[in-house]
Amino acid sequence: MPSVLILGAGSDMAMAIAREYASKHYDIQLAGRSANALIPLQQDLQIRYNIKASVHDFDAGAFETHAAFFASLPTVPDITICVFGYLGDHDKAQHDWSEAARIIHTNYTGAVSILNVVAEAYAKRGSGVIAGISSVAGERGRMSNYIYGSAKAGFTAYLSGLRNRLFHAGVHVISVQPGFVNTRMTQHLTLPPLLTAQPEAVAKAVYTGISKKKNVIYVKWHWKYIMLIIKNIPEGIFKKLKL
Amino acid sequence: MQKRLANWGNYPAIASEETTFTQEDQLRTFVSNHQDLIARGNGRCYGDASLGKHSISMLRYDKILQFDTEKGILETQSGVTLDQILDIIVPKGWFLPITPGTKFITVGGAVASDVHGKNHHVDGAFSNHIIDMDVITGDGNSITCAPGQNPDLFWATCGGMGLTGVVTRVKFDLKKIETAYIKQTQIKAKNLEDVIRLFEEYKHYTYSMAWIDCLKTGDAFGRSILIVGEHAKPEELSAKQKQAPLTLPAKRKLTVPFNLPSFILNTLTVKIFNWLYYNKNLKREINNVVPYEPFFYPLDAILHWNRGYGKAGFVQYQFVLPLEHKDGLVKILQRISDKGWGSFLAVLKVFGNQDSLISFPMEGYTLALDFPVRKGLFEFLDELDEIVLEYGGRLYLSKDARMKQDVFWKSYPNAEKFAAIVKQYNHNNTFTSLQSERLALTK
Repeated sequence: MPSVLILGAGSDMAMAIAREYASKHYDIQLAGRSANALIPLQQDLQIRYNIKASVHDFDAGAFETHAAFFASLPTVPDITICVFGYLGDHDKAQHDWSEAARIIHTNYTGAVSILNVVAEAYAKRGSGVIAGISSVAGERGRMSNYIYGSAKAGFTAYLSGLRNRLFHAGVHVISVQPGFVNTRMTQHLTLPPLLTAQPEAVAKAVYTGISKKKNVIYVKWHWKYIMLIIKNIPEGIFKKLKL
Repeated sequence: MQKRLANWGNYPAIASEETTFTQEDQLRTFVSNHQDLIARGNGRCYGDASLGKHSISMLRYDKILQFDTEKGILETQSGVTLDQILDIIVPKGWFLPITPGTKFITVGGAVASDVHGKNHHVDGAFSNHIIDMDVITGDGNSITCAPGQNPDLFWATCGGMGLTGVVTRVKFDLKKIETAYIKQTQIKAKNLEDVIRLFEEYKHYTYSMAWIDCLKTGDAFGRSILIVGEHAKPEELSAKQKQAPLTLPAKRKLTVPFNLPSFILNTLTVKIFNWLYYNKNLKREINNVVPYEPFFYPLDAILHWNRGYGKAGFVQYQFVLPLEHKDGLVKILQRISDKGWGSFLAVLKVFGNQDSLISFPMEGYTLALDFPVRKGLFEFLDELDEIVLEYGGRLYLSKDARMKQDVFWKSYPNAEKFAAIVKQYNHNNTFTSLQSERLALTK
């Protein structure tokens, strides 16, 4: 059976992606900071979908462990989906380096570190799919979340470069820009319902995007145009807005 | 996130701060640092039991933890809904031991309401089938309870409307089935006397309930259709059904897309509906084999059917009266019929004996019917409450949105004992709901 590795499997979005792939008869490798905490999901996937699921300790910030982590997986997964992310507290991050560093290391450095390892393995094998969950926040820096946004911008650029390189090696890379998603990470925010996706919708979009070999996907179509407008506001005007 | 929440009756609706979680430790931390919380599942209780200042949405805590397909034991996190469970267990030859009239409720909700089904007189309520469960109490600790382990917590949690804490994990037993079909019999009853006699005659059937026309007067007062059933055996299926006895044919879902204007439901339309419903059965008795879904969940086929009552919403009035007080039942039905405010479907059922602390069922007759919210309704229901009290009955807290507190305290014989246990586990009113405040069970 084909297999999927989910990096950062503890989030609502990751759980929905795991169920989507399990329902399509993929074996699932769940990786997160605490493998023990992922056992209920592992059992759930096995009972509901009659597939094999495994759990693995993985810490995005522990770069030096990433190669060994990937080598220890039961099989080299056909698809790797990088879901982990950390929104953090932007106000705190402006003056507290530890918070800023955590945002950057989770969303950017950690993602680059593990995907470098995956990319090498896939390039050597000449097959595989890498999906990265980035963010529309990375498309233009805004005063309210530019640290998170810049880390995601870095990640988006990394994915596009990786896609360019691995295309020539037969490996597909897809960038996912979910927009607002109704998850635990965003539960303290009041989100506009029309622009907010459920985790299950993100999961379906990821599955379809990967099956159709899309390069960049937005989960709710509105976002593509919203971001087009936001990106085209002249900087002289943009800096005066309070976004 | 601040949300407008209402349960199935769309009455009352409130603004509530909603929290979700996926790991138990997140919830424990949250509970130990907050007050005025109430767990909320799929919002299918009708009234205000799971509405409060802060609601804890359980829907993402929905993992199936263990399924023993040999012994028929299921262990789940409490946010999983019964429809998901059925999809998993039915193909393996198992069924829910107890199911209410909708499958869109969570396991935690089934515990908190101690739900009953058409088989109450044979199999009891949901609490009867729980092996053990975990409850996060007011101090944020998780306590395992069972009839033989922390029994006070166990019995105050079953039917306790979430006031002892948050149910997080439940292990319960399942019922063995050979097919996904029900062999049902529908019998028309001319009047109330007739249907009560039929309930007695058919009491050996596992499943039974009656649809009753509350608007009929005279000789046909209380005319009904009694519906009884058993899980079908493979040899009772048609050739086509036999090919995959544990799989249901795919079906389409209908929905009510928006709130209908409330004038659509009036005495005339309800009378027409009831006439059609009663007369669709041409013969006095119909026997057939049907998939389990239309038998147990006829209304689930129409998503959002609650919108049919309009924006003002409705309350479902469900009471139980002791068996010896049939006259009370007649009196209440008479009042409803005189008023002419009744709904499409009123459901009558005979409960078996149940010995529990605070659960709704007791041996007797239970009647449930919907009333669209309108001027004068609550006064009218207060009058009905008086009759229920007079005959030693009580109301179902899962349906309740308006009962006065003295009615609750007078009608539930163990109310004091229940409140004392709640106090013990629900430190500093960590858990409160609109209902618990209204009934003075907290604060």
